[in-house]
Amino acid sequence: MKFAFTDEQQMLRDTSQAFLADKSTSAAVRAACVSPEHHDAELWQSICEEMYWQGILIPEHVDGLGLGWVEMAIVLEAAGERLLTSPLFAVVQSTAALVGCPASEMRDLLLSSMATGNVMSLAMGYQAGGWDSVGVTANETSTTTVLSGEARFVPFGFAAAKLLVVARDASNTLTLWVVDPQQDGVFVEPTPTMDQTRPMATVRFERAAVSSDQLLATQADELVSDTLALSRILTVADQVGVAQASLDISVDFTKERKQFDRTIASFQAIKHKAADMMLKAESARSLLYYAACTADAWLAGEVDRDALHEAAYMASACASDAAFFNAGCGIQMHGGVGITEEYDIQLYFKRARATESYLGRPSEMREAIACQLLDGDVA
Amino acid sequence: MKLTFTAADEQFREEVADWLNDNLRDEFADIRYRGGPGDEHHFVDERKAWERRLAAGRWTCIGWPDTWGGRAASIEQQVIFHEEYARAGGPGRMGHIGDTLTGPTLLAFGSEEQKAKYLPPIRDGVAFWSQGYSEPGAGSDLAAIRTKAVQDETSGQWKITGQKVWTSLAHESDFVFVLARVDRESSRHHGLGFFLVALDQPGVTIRPITQLTGTAEFNEVYFDDAVCDADDIVGAPGDGWKVAMGLLGFERGVSTLGQQMLFQTELDEIIRIARANGASRDPDIRQRIAEAHIGLKTMRYNSMRMLSGGEDGSLSREAMIYKLYWSSWHRNLGKLAMDVLGPEAELIESGPYELNKLQSLFLFTRADTIYGGTNQIQRNLIAERALGMPKEPRGQGK
Repeated sequence: MKFAFTDEQQMLRDTSQAFLADKSTSAAVRAACVSPEHHDAELWQSICEEMYWQGILIPEHVDGLGLGWVEMAIVLEAAGERLLTSPLFAVVQSTAALVGCPASEMRDLLLSSMATGNVMSLAMGYQAGGWDSVGVTANETSTTTVLSGEARFVPFGFAAAKLLVVARDASNTLTLWVVDPQQDGVFVEPTPTMDQTRPMATVRFERAAVSSDQLLATQADELVSDTLALSRILTVADQVGVAQASLDISVDFTKERKQFDRTIASFQAIKHKAADMMLKAESARSLLYYAACTADAWLAGEVDRDALHEAAYMASACASDAAFFNAGCGIQMHGGVGITEEYDIQLYFKRARATESYLGRPSEMREAIACQLLDGDVA
Repeated sequence: MKLTFTAADEQFREEVADWLNDNLRDEFADIRYRGGPGDEHHFVDERKAWERRLAAGRWTCIGWPDTWGGRAASIEQQVIFHEEYARAGGPGRMGHIGDTLTGPTLLAFGSEEQKAKYLPPIRDGVAFWSQGYSEPGAGSDLAAIRTKAVQDETSGQWKITGQKVWTSLAHESDFVFVLARVDRESSRHHGLGFFLVALDQPGVTIRPITQLTGTAEFNEVYFDDAVCDADDIVGAPGDGWKVAMGLLGFERGVSTLGQQMLFQTELDEIIRIARANGASRDPDIRQRIAEAHIGLKTMRYNSMRMLSGGEDGSLSREAMIYKLYWSSWHRNLGKLAMDVLGPEAELIESGPYELNKLQSLFLFTRADTIYGGTNQIQRNLIAERALGMPKEPRGQGK
């Protein structure tokens, strides 16, 4: 039992943090948010060529690094700390979905294409019913299959070279397709968001014809639900980074800011808030790495799906609370300047808000745990 | 990162479980799950007998070196022992303070004579210890100690005068270690001595403190020229603070996973009641039960990080949040139990004021956020030591 980073993992953490401290500065993030591509293409290129983060979860035989979820969490935590504005999450989420698909030539082709830095986004759903409600249907006609409906909150969907689309078929089971955003009947619309560091798109399908070689998985209900759990873990990593950075920059600020002839960091009211923030950040971090280890164990067949899902629910509930609490307290600790555009704490606050409800509110996560504990037969 | 134990550790786990299964029965059946926090005053003689049984199986002081009768157990093995002990319903350990505080302190700071005199009886489960730190005027501000120790110039004997408070189970113990001022002119953490004092002597008076639960496991201990031999001071006179603080550093958190198993038992009971009485349909209760479940898991993985940390005894960030986390969680659990029970929570089942488990839990967990460093002190420590924020200004008075 060693619930600590190996030397290699520690090195990955150090190099990731150093790289982003240099490249994903406050000015760089702000510039990316308002650029036409909504990210810095040069930065994405150096991530893909120098750091190879897009390849962490891609198996080695398709040109990836074949590393695990702990490594992925380390990098995404660092990304959250620096508000990284890039398609990394979209690519990693797509990788998670593809790795779960049955082996096929098309799947391997897509994975190795992502390994070279091509962006893909997962169009999973979100209708009013929640994150597992799919709004795209796949209906067979006499000649072909057509996709209709829409998928909302597709991360970096407007930048994707390919879209992975979840659709419900006539027998009411889920299927997964790969779609070219340029093809007939596919409409990708960027949707401006309050948190500009994690841009989204809505993808609409109007009788878009797809062929059988675009079909990645049938009977995909479990695949989609597992991908949702894995995506939650990826988001948790970002939230832990946001929680930590909100604490760090706020504490640094209070050590400089003087009132009543002393730094405000010397006031117990501020110190106790900071202590509570550290407790939240460290606790969320513990559950993040527990969830990452569980994802690795699940992929290795050592634990079942229920363990994966439970870990994701718990980590998501905890990290969503931590990120929002810390960013909110961070604004308060900054005082008046906390609500200005100039200081970065507002960017963390917005990112915390966006990730809090992305893939499910904390109360939904807790309700899922409650169902498991309180409903059904007693074991 | 690895969350599983090695095969050798799992074999050790089996050995512990088998021994407990063979021994925690018959005359010891009644003390299973008893004697924990809030219940420490129960079954004292039986639990002392249980310590002797543990000693016979070499299950006391397993973290001590072989030379002093321990097993030199690794951190993982100690964690496993605590887990299996809790799983089997092992009673609250009467030997806890001797095993985990007195012993390690003497091993680190004691003379060979002190080790030879005091370690074997602790190891054999026949000598029981309590701790004398807090005083009426020295609670959160521990360095404000006023208890004095004066040395007789001819005999070398120390005479101790003063008052200690919140001394758990002093009335059931044989010895107490006492932090007392040896230099009359000194203040704060200077000029203190760390004394090993026998409780059964004319200069010592013990008065139980009745708590809000109606029970008394804490005591006030009065010293009125209580005698302590010249050889029974640990370290030099004036080194008391160093010894006492070193002692706190020995708590590497090996017992935390065992503690969490007791918490799990309590949560399971609350869930069982909620399912039976329909409270499980209340959306707020559902959220809070889930929150409690998540919190307990969080504690587990916080502990695992803490136990996987450096061997140098330095406190990691996750170790610094541990007390604040569990005490707040446990206090909330007590309130959750009451809310799940509703009006039924009020009813006393027997005796004039014999509380049931959940009533005791509710009331006694108000102490959790106070003893061993209040939540406010914990937050100060986190802010100052982990986050590098300025220290609290001290008052000007002496």
